[in-house]
Amino acid sequence: MSALDLRPEPAVAKAAVRVALVGNPNSGKTAMFNALTGSRQKVANYAGVTVERKEGRLTAPSGRAISILDLPGTYSLRARSPDELVTRDAVLGRLAGETPPDVVVCVADATNLRLVLRLALELKAVGRPCVLALNMIDIAERQGLEIDAERLSRELAMPVVATVATRRRNIDVLVDQMERQAALSAAAGADAWSEPSAGQIRALHREAERILKTCVLPPKRPDTWTGRLDNVLLHPVGGILILLAVLFLMFQAVFTGAQPVMDLITAGFDSVSAAIGHAMPDGLLKSLICDGVIAGVGSVLVFLPQIMILFLFIIILEDVGYMARAAFLLDKIMGGAGLHGRAFIPLLSSFACAIPGIMATRVIDNKRDRLTTILVAPLMTCSARIPIYTLIISAFIPRRQVLGGLSLQGLVFFGLYAVGLVSALAVAWLVRKVFWRGLAEPFLMELPAYKAPDPLNVARNVLQRGQIFLQRAGTIILSMMILIWFLSTVPGAPAGAPGPAIDYSFAGMIGHAMQPVLAPVGFSWQMSVALIPGMAAREVAVGALGTVYAVSAGDGATGALGGVLAHQWSLASALAFLAWYVFAPQCASTLGVVKRETNSWLWPIVMFVYMTALAYAAAFATFHVARALGGG
Amino acid sequence: MRRIADIDIDVPILALPDNLVSLADGRRGFCGVIADVQASATVGGLPASELERRLLEMGFVEGARVEILHEGFIGRDPICIRLDDMRVALRRRDASGVLVRADIAR
Repeated sequence: MSALDLRPEPAVAKAAVRVALVGNPNSGKTAMFNALTGSRQKVANYAGVTVERKEGRLTAPSGRAISILDLPGTYSLRARSPDELVTRDAVLGRLAGETPPDVVVCVADATNLRLVLRLALELKAVGRPCVLALNMIDIAERQGLEIDAERLSRELAMPVVATVATRRRNIDVLVDQMERQAALSAAAGADAWSEPSAGQIRALHREAERILKTCVLPPKRPDTWTGRLDNVLLHPVGGILILLAVLFLMFQAVFTGAQPVMDLITAGFDSVSAAIGHAMPDGLLKSLICDGVIAGVGSVLVFLPQIMILFLFIIILEDVGYMARAAFLLDKIMGGAGLHGRAFIPLLSSFACAIPGIMATRVIDNKRDRLTTILVAPLMTCSARIPIYTLIISAFIPRRQVLGGLSLQGLVFFGLYAVGLVSALAVAWLVRKVFWRGLAEPFLMELPAYKAPDPLNVARNVLQRGQIFLQRAGTIILSMMILIWFLSTVPGAPAGAPGPAIDYSFAGMIGHAMQPVLAPVGFSWQMSVALIPGMAAREVAVGALGTVYAVSAGDGATGALGGVLAHQWSLASALAFLAWYVFAPQCASTLGVVKRETNSWLWPIVMFVYMTALAYAAAFATFHVARALGGG
Repeated sequence: MRRIADIDIDVPILALPDNLVSLADGRRGFCGVIADVQASATVGGLPASELERRLLEMGFVEGARVEILHEGFIGRDPICIRLDDMRVALRRRDASGVLVRADIAR
């Protein structure tokens, strides 16, 4: 629509009109937000909470600036989750640091008006000027649903605009109504809202029902596809099989599909680092630039392909309407461990990497459920553990066949994965039982009608996820990387020192200091030292072990690292090292992302403490059992 | 009347009027009209009045038509309901306060 002018707004004397978008989940609210603001969006967090704040701007044809706040979807102003609390407080003008909206736009799915009409009545009662956007009117028309918009507008006492956000239909009319409504002032006594009783909700519902009956004729050609698809997709057996296939596809895409791009990024940064390395004289500055900054930026960007692919799947599944079905199918299984049905997406993604997994916990509305999932996500065996598992297993586990043709090495590998998965579920169960006793949220969820996803919206939302990751997680990961570089490099080794350089650094000192604590679990000082740079990412520990041993072992042991380890470590120590890596929080980036996602240092600290305790206990038990069995 | 479940789930026993059936006890295909929404028992630590209001807000109100469309794989839980013209999923435990006047089978 050419009526919408998206050029930078001219300096207008009038203050920008502040509009808040409110609506049920699945009403196309985000598509509406995208249609209104295009790429002029800013994503941040509300002060003090982890709820995402999405604001965008546009300029009306009159030249007036309009700022749009996209509020979390809700069924009522009676808030039940942190997201819904934000919606309520923003509408009521009670949110700290936020200016109350001039106009509230209620976005409705025109094919599913029953619940949103009650919400509109609730919004109306608040007293601010409102507009109802009858979105997805094209689908309603296709179904032969007749809506008397004029009558509806009279009944609700607010303007009603029929829109199709994905095709930008009538967006200009909606903008025009926003401006008109902004000229009205809020009714006297606005914001005098109180939580409705069950009786009041019933009364509002009856009123909504009456309006629905007078203004809307039922569809002549109702959607039969949703029912037919559900017969297959929610089938007790077939539905589960299809879900497993979808999950397998997603896992494959995240796990292997991202690999070529990740390799390319790694190679690119390596060559940049090498080029700069040639051009610069040796020294601390070169090390900072090459091993600190460039390697740090590389380790941020290398996550990007996995995150984008994962969110591509999540956003499509969400838009199509399948996500709710998957949660339905998995509710009983996940619920047994005290997790929400939707927790399967973050947990599955954590098999690739805990960072996209933790970011994906946003699909879980309830704060406690989200926290539990975040806490256990790093226990899933991420791909960064594979190099360590491979190194130790190939060096210590004999290449033998057991139980009629099964490879012993493969079996150990599988066992490590299983231990990770089982412990994640056990910890989730424990968290629910011990900390949040008896606070089970009801599982009550609308299953939206299936819809084809809008490619433009999907693309925009995926890009936005990538951008958010770089902005928020990227900065914290980069600073952790530089800190770890600093610890492993400074102070440098004195000239002619016999040991490896890392031995003289802070990391070396910390490693040596930790050695007495780690001796009971069978770790040598070399192993303890390798744990410090290994905080950058688990697989870095392999390189760190290489550094520690390649130098300290002298010229005699330049062979494969595995061979060296097989000589130097006892089997019991090696198994203890594996057990340590199943549980230990050996990833600074994960802790950083948890800090960002929970907006508090408390949860990364809790995670660090409980995972370290588990790791120590597991390594201790493994070491002593293995020694008792003759592996010393 | 359609088949009424004889499954063993964790639902408080309510003294029901003659022709009312709790939605939590219905099997696939069970249908009727909601006669009463009452959350008399505290479910999962949530106050009864809170669960009642959440059910109401999701559209479980007196007079609404319900039909059980699908059941979960394990223990026939959760259930997928056609609620007027919407589809809603919920656990049987949370549905126990929704009392339905079941349709008489023809």
